[in-house]
Amino acid sequence: MAAYQKTATVSRRETLGEDIFRLTLQAPEIARHAQPGQFVMVKTVAGSDPLLRRPFSIHQITDDDQVQILFKALGKGTRLLAGVAVGQSLDVVGPLGRGFSPPATSHVCLVGGGMGIAPLFFWASHLLRSGRPMEILALLGARTREELASLASDMAQLGLSVRSATDDGSLGHHGLVVDLLADLGPEPGWSVYACGPYPMMHAVARQCMASGRPCQVSLETMMACGLAACLGCAVPSKAGAGYLHVCKEGPVFAAEDVAWP
Amino acid sequence: MAVIPDLRVRIGALAMANPVMTASGTFGYGEEFASLVNLARLGAIVVKGISLEPRAGNPPPRVAETACGMLNAIGLENVGLERFIAEKLPFLKGIHAPVVVNILGDSIDDYQRLASRLQMVPEVAAIEVNISCPNVKHGGVAFGTDPAMARAVTEAVRAAFDRTVLVKLSPNVTEITEIALAVEAGGADAVSLINTLLGMAIDIRTRRPRLANIVGGLSGPAVKPVALRMVWQVARAVRIPVVGIGGIATAEDAIEFLLAGATAVQVGTANFVNPRATEEIIDGIAAYLQAGNMASVQEIIGGLRS
Ligand SMILES: Cc1cc2nc3c(=O)[nH]c(=O)nc-3n(C[C@H](O)[C@H](O)[C@H](O)COP(=O)(O)OP(=O)(O)OC[C@H]3O[C@@H](n4cnc5c(N)ncnc54)[C@H](O)[C@@H]3O)c2cc1C
Ligand SMILES: Cc1cc2nc3c(=O)[nH]c(=O)nc-3n(C[C@H](O)[C@H](O)[C@H](O)COP(=O)(O)O)c2cc1C
Ligand code: FES
Repeated sequence: MAAYQKTATVSRRETLGEDIFRLTLQAPEIARHAQPGQFVMVKTVAGSDPLLRRPFSIHQITDDDQVQILFKALGKGTRLLAGVAVGQSLDVVGPLGRGFSPPATSHVCLVGGGMGIAPLFFWASHLLRSGRPMEILALLGARTREELASLASDMAQLGLSVRSATDDGSLGHHGLVVDLLADLGPEPGWSVYACGPYPMMHAVARQCMASGRPCQVSLETMMACGLAACLGCAVPSKAGAGYLHVCKEGPVFAAEDVAWP
Repeated sequence: MAVIPDLRVRIGALAMANPVMTASGTFGYGEEFASLVNLARLGAIVVKGISLEPRAGNPPPRVAETACGMLNAIGLENVGLERFIAEKLPFLKGIHAPVVVNILGDSIDDYQRLASRLQMVPEVAAIEVNISCPNVKHGGVAFGTDPAMARAVTEAVRAAFDRTVLVKLSPNVTEITEIALAVEAGGADAVSLINTLLGMAIDIRTRRPRLANIVGGLSGPAVKPVALRMVWQVARAVRIPVVGIGGIATAEDAIEFLLAGATAVQVGTANFVNPRATEEIIDGIAAYLQAGNMASVQEIIGGLRS
């Protein structure tokens, strides 16, 4: 698996809601080799504070081979990243990790919570381009309309059905995005892909495993390297006593390979 | 035009094209960096610490970022000696940089068995002995904190392995020179230092430690002044070569260690931050020598003025 370290110019910066940003980066080598579900490691500032790179899912690859990331400014690194202007450049390493595996069924359900929605755009576009006849449904959740509205409409623009849920009921279903899974009906013919906060993915994984639906989840952990070198990104593995490494065997895992609490 | 400076250094019988090595646990088994770094240019590659049996490591979270540094409590996760030889070494054979195998154990016998087995593997240019591990048979006291135990481990490895033996010192001691002198007496060809400094961080929101292991090893630019001081002290105390480690991220950092008396350096955490760090450091040392009209890196090793 080839990864590249590139100085990428920011060609576009969009604000998609309070503290939510989309950056478009000129990194053609990374773009051409990227698979949906993979991530990049971004140095948010030159120098040593904060020291480590931050991991971000590859949100989308544009038609002209640019890499997009979507993030929420919540801590030191992401706030610095939010302040980067068009024309400035960022040191980016990628593409990294193992992404989504193709669905075994013709019905695909994407479940995204918060910034976990990010990689589902690239995956949805990839599935739509594959030309395989399939039905794709996206279930998207966030805290408020403010956070979700523009992402939900961008997702619908790709050409798939979108259903929303918000914690405060300001857009779509008032409640958890997991509640919307019930609408898939009883038939097991759905392949489910989930990315979002851990409790959300746990709930999705549990429902899918109970109903025999194949489910892949994209996990997050603290990461020092993203390169399979530090072994810092361990999550307990279902099989035996060992650990899975999110940056190497993941970030996407089959739900049944993960040791859920 | 200035001549290209001679960067070659020697650590025991280990001849290196330049003084820049990778630090154990920060460069995987080399392969992980193959598409980002020209591995053939490295002075040597030191692989992740290997034990007799595979180890699963500690529960997460295993890493936490701190000011200009990071804490880790990986728990010495590794594939174990036999899988290392069967699965990881074949790749390393092909890269033309010397391979140094970092070893760890629970007892002196573990270290001796590791060294005996590696003696039979000709591709292994050197062993680096991590003595920061607890001696399970002696109340869990780290080998590296007791001069007699540090010497005994060194002697055991020395007896079993006839190529270069480096002993990697723990900084979590009162008198580092005492340990350095003990391993020199035990037959080490060189000492490398420092391993990580024991530290801790707390999430005040949850009131929980940031590492599941509660405490972990501090590394990165934050530790550099401490590491440099210890390297300087040890280099003055022992006659064997010293390999400087700790917070090295740039050629300037590496040159400081060489001036303080290190014959070579290892680059650790910086590989995570800038995967190209090692190559940039090699180029930067060459440029520094050229700018100062120096023909060889030997001219700066131990060149500190006082
Ligand atoms: C594979 C992967 C893909 C990711 N993709 C995205 C994405 O597409 N969009 C997005 O907004 N975020 C994504 N994240 C999370 C993102 O990396 C963190 O939000 C970011 O590192 C926080 O950095 P900070 O400096 O702003 O926060 P800090 O000041 O470091 O910490 C703020 C909070 O973020 C948590 N945090 C810090 N580092 C990480 C980390 N590496 N992973 C998870 N949580 C962390 C801390 O525990 C803390 O609660 C992803 C994480 C992983 C592992
Ligand atoms: C994630 C991580 C894993 C490490 N694993 C090992 C190891 O297995 N054996 C060892 O001797 N040192 C290990 N170290 C210590 C480093 O080799 C080095 O001595 C230390 O990090 C200081 O150098 P630095 O500041 O350049 O990182 C590890 C360090 C880190 C950050
Ligand atoms: S983040 Fe370093 S090994 Fe996964």
